[in-house]
Amino acid sequence: MYRYDNYDHQMLTDRIAQFRNQTDRFLKGELAAPEFLPLRLQNGLYVQRLAPMLRIAIPYGMLSSRQMRKLAYIADYYDKGYGHFTTRQNIQFNWPALADVPDILAHLAEVEMHAIQTSGNCIRNTTTDQFAGCAVNEIEDSRPYCEIIRQWSTFHPEFAYLPRKFKIAVCGTQDDQAATQVHDIGLFIVRNDVGEIGFRVLVGGGLGRTPVVGKEIRPFLPKQHLLTYLDAILRVYNREGRRDNKYKARIKILVKETGVDEFRAKVEKEWLDLKDGPLTLTNAEFERCKSFFHDPAYKPMSDSNPILDKALSSDVLFASWYYQNVNAHKKPGYAIVTISLKKTGSAPGDVTTDQMNFIADLADHFSFGELRVSHEQNVILADVEKESLYTLWQKLKSQDLNADNLGLLTDIICCPGGDFCSLANAKSIPIAESIQRRFSDPVALRDIGALSLNISGCMNACGHHHVGNIGILGVDKKGAEFYQISLGGSVEDQTSLGQIVGPSFAQEEVPDVIDKIVSVYTTQRRAGERFLDTFNRIGIEPFREKVYAKAD
Amino acid sequence: MPKLIKNRKIIDDQWTLVRDLMEQAEALSSAELNLIVPLPYWLENRDALQQRSGKSAVWLDSHEIPSALGDDWNILELIALNFPVFTDGRAYSSARELRLNLGFKGEIRAIGDVLRDQLFYMSRCGFDAFTMRADQNLESALGAFEDFNDGYQVSADKPLPLFRRRA
Repeated sequence: MYRYDNYDHQMLTDRIAQFRNQTDRFLKGELAAPEFLPLRLQNGLYVQRLAPMLRIAIPYGMLSSRQMRKLAYIADYYDKGYGHFTTRQNIQFNWPALADVPDILAHLAEVEMHAIQTSGNCIRNTTTDQFAGCAVNEIEDSRPYCEIIRQWSTFHPEFAYLPRKFKIAVCGTQDDQAATQVHDIGLFIVRNDVGEIGFRVLVGGGLGRTPVVGKEIRPFLPKQHLLTYLDAILRVYNREGRRDNKYKARIKILVKETGVDEFRAKVEKEWLDLKDGPLTLTNAEFERCKSFFHDPAYKPMSDSNPILDKALSSDVLFASWYYQNVNAHKKPGYAIVTISLKKTGSAPGDVTTDQMNFIADLADHFSFGELRVSHEQNVILADVEKESLYTLWQKLKSQDLNADNLGLLTDIICCPGGDFCSLANAKSIPIAESIQRRFSDPVALRDIGALSLNISGCMNACGHHHVGNIGILGVDKKGAEFYQISLGGSVEDQTSLGQIVGPSFAQEEVPDVIDKIVSVYTTQRRAGERFLDTFNRIGIEPFREKVYAKAD
Repeated sequence: MPKLIKNRKIIDDQWTLVRDLMEQAEALSSAELNLIVPLPYWLENRDALQQRSGKSAVWLDSHEIPSALGDDWNILELIALNFPVFTDGRAYSSARELRLNLGFKGEIRAIGDVLRDQLFYMSRCGFDAFTMRADQNLESALGAFEDFNDGYQVSADKPLPLFRRRA
């Protein structure tokens, strides 16, 4: 993991002192609320339905066991004993007191964490594939580049008052697990004909009110030019992005209204002034950042393991979890374990203080003291010896962390919704639970197979509903909460946006409607087809007919 | 005389900002005053302005970019950049372009909705003078320049990004 040096520490210390001063002035009435607003947002602090909400950055999803324990402490001491992992690999606390926030930030700084730029119209936390550095099909580990971007974007003086928020994702694997194509800038690590590393640059992707898949503006950007090129894109956006209408202020609208070719020309023109300047990355900097992400001390091992094989053949529950929640690792004898935070009855992505401490212990015992958070709101132990998987699973089971539903219908991505968020039109957590209860039969759930179901409580789409195979969006209909359903969304290689089935449904209808949608798939699927494949083959009409059919 | 912050000191403002051509017609016709005029006025009256005994400068609104000045930035000793509201961040890009891309050496002055909590980023972008909003306390605003000891990026005071300076 990246470790702070004196410079990083000093900047964090300075930031906390700055925010403490700003908070003091606000509480004394010396700083007006509208002027305090962007300052607190850029320190992760929202004012929510019930209390302030503090969003803490987990840069590119990497977390040490020590950091996880600190989050547990904050949950316990300053909050109500739990936290919520978000779809941008961050964690949110829903109950801190405003006056305590500078102290919380000081605690976080002790473990090299912060809440900087987790909100506001600035460059947000950079996200990536949760399997980075361990995945089998990786071109290069994305994390050193993410760290380079983190430093460049942190306190960037030119881009703190953009037209709107700005999100960057980096993907180093062939299967995109980072929803890279629906980010303001999506960077795919690629290798050119002569073997050099660079980036395929997409721009203008995003969800929210106007979902768009990002468009390529450069097929290959040599890696040393990464930051000058980002500076050029951001400058064009800062200048030309719309500021007259907040719903049209994201870069996707600028790219759409300008046209991608014209937009590219503007960026390239701006880039000419920056290219080869002092911001050009050096080999020394690449090596420095890479040095933090070298492989841990893997043991040389055979890939097959008799202890694992025996457990798989003797314990069906373990086997079920293994086949669902464990992924292949680049090193023989190791595996990537995803701890699903989608157990029925607890809000998707929520973890309690005890669970956080417990997971931190597991990381120390089984995975070199490191953890990752995924945009699907689960926690990953990325370097587990296959020999230990059965022991690990038994421990997970003891704390109710053994949900074996990764990638299945009940592994629901879900925003906090109307229970917490003041932007929401409708609740989302109870909808997730009602669907999980409907699909509680593990055999049936497995038979349905790979299916992503994403729920957002409003158009802002924090729950990524546009890119769920089944997407659910909370809408307000004359003061009542309704749910609009879309089908066919995906964040895989061929990222696609869901199509709306039709008129929205009342809350109590939703589980039945999902049931009907799934039944169309299970009756029409061909051998080997996943839900998305069947949908792509037969289209939306059969689903529409089934869902809106008059009762017999 | 009105005050402003320049190079982290509170000084008397030697310039008259002409925001409204009609209302400030009298100032505009003065031969002696040092004037900061709107960009369109500068572009139309450049020669006449330069023949005055008082000095002339230009202010750009947030939607106006430095390249609209053509090569004139070369002959100006002051360019002011307006913040219609402090959340309109376009002038940060203009300041950086002037200071870092073009190498403008004169004064870059922030005008408009200029508040204490934005001063540090402004100064890193190349602003060195600040006409603060009327309600701001200039003395205490000076503290904002000390908010951070360093920054990661290329900035007006640090031509190299941190990764080229790390010891």
